[in-house]
Amino acid sequence: MAAEGKAIDALSQFQLATSLGPIGASVNFTQSNLYMVFAAAIILGLMTWGMRARAVVPGRWQSLAESAYEFIHRMVTDQVGDEGKRFFPFVFTLFMFVLVGNMLGLFPYAFTFTSHIAVTFGLAAIVFVLITVVAWSLHGKKFFGYFFPEGAPLWLAPIIVPVEIVSYLSRPVSLSIRLFANMVAGHVMLKVFATFVVMLAGLGSVGPFLSIMPLTLNVALVGFEVLVAFLQAYVFAILTCIYLHDAVHLH
Amino acid sequence: MPQLDFANPLLIAQVVWLLIIFGGLYLLLAGRVLPAVGEVLENRANRIASDLEAAQAAKAEADAAMAELRAATAKARGEAQAAIAAALAASTAEAQTRADALNARLAEQITAAEARIDGARAAAMGALRGIAADTATALVTKLVGTADRAKVDAAVGQALAARGNA
Repeated sequence: MAAEGKAIDALSQFQLATSLGPIGASVNFTQSNLYMVFAAAIILGLMTWGMRARAVVPGRWQSLAESAYEFIHRMVTDQVGDEGKRFFPFVFTLFMFVLVGNMLGLFPYAFTFTSHIAVTFGLAAIVFVLITVVAWSLHGKKFFGYFFPEGAPLWLAPIIVPVEIVSYLSRPVSLSIRLFANMVAGHVMLKVFATFVVMLAGLGSVGPFLSIMPLTLNVALVGFEVLVAFLQAYVFAILTCIYLHDAVHLH
Repeated sequence: MPQLDFANPLLIAQVVWLLIIFGGLYLLLAGRVLPAVGEVLENRANRIASDLEAAQAAKAEADAAMAELRAATAKARGEAQAAIAAALAASTAEAQTRADALNARLAEQITAAEARIDGARAAAMGALRGIAADTATALVTKLVGTADRAKVDAAVGQALAARGNA
């Protein structure tokens, strides 16, 4: 799918480039990182500027900030229990970062950093390291009991232990690929249909009418992508919570 | 696919910057921002709890006042009923005594009247006996020439007794 004349070029939108001029180039600061900074600024802005009134009866922005807070807080306490409260800031950061990153990517000309497997895997690796460290520090050597459930017949150990180890190790992989694949697929589709609009519009006198079809589809797709953006952020956060629950309670 | 082009140094640089940005965001949120939000929510929860408490106290007070009112009403009703009953009893008793007194006077008058009637009848009967005796004596004297007054009296008494009018 190389860019040749009028061919469909759905992948160049994921091409990394340095941003912020020569300063960014000297430290390899990419446009992806620029959007991460935007996302962080939006999150911090919502949670500080939105909460600036600190009112008992919240206004619109304060309601939004509070519902984000309470949504994640409830998720963490429901999934992990009361011991999970200290992980709340982490899960909140993760959820908001992914959510705002997904949403920002839907704006025209914006870069979607969650469409990079390196980024999603980086986030998943943070989660993986965290759950392993938490489980190890809470349970010590008993942590290895996680790979062999209590009460299982001993002769099944050669089967259960490798399966459990593989499933444990595959967590960051599935976590990162799920988000990455969803975002890439959505953005490729948007780009493909957007290209159709332009290509069909160039087809003589009937072209503009034909191009309404992919345009309509793209409008629907954008709505769908908003749903996916939220859903994937939610899935990422809730899976993190479930892993944290396993780490805290060991099954 | 540009995402899988691991030869690109920007790919790794991107992850390094991700760790820096994500870490910074986490530290800011965990250290300052989220505790502030949590404080606001906690204040609200406390405020709501205290308001609820106050409302409950007010309700309890209102309930107590209501109960007091009910008790007072019941007491007043009881007193009123007792007063009515007492008044009724008193008037009944007074009416009874009056009726008794009236009855007694009437009975007295009746006995007096009966005594008077008896007296009058006895007097009339006595007069009747005298007249009968006189008449019988006169008749006997005319027929026989002489009459024994004592015998005539006895005969008249006997005749009257036979009629049952003595």
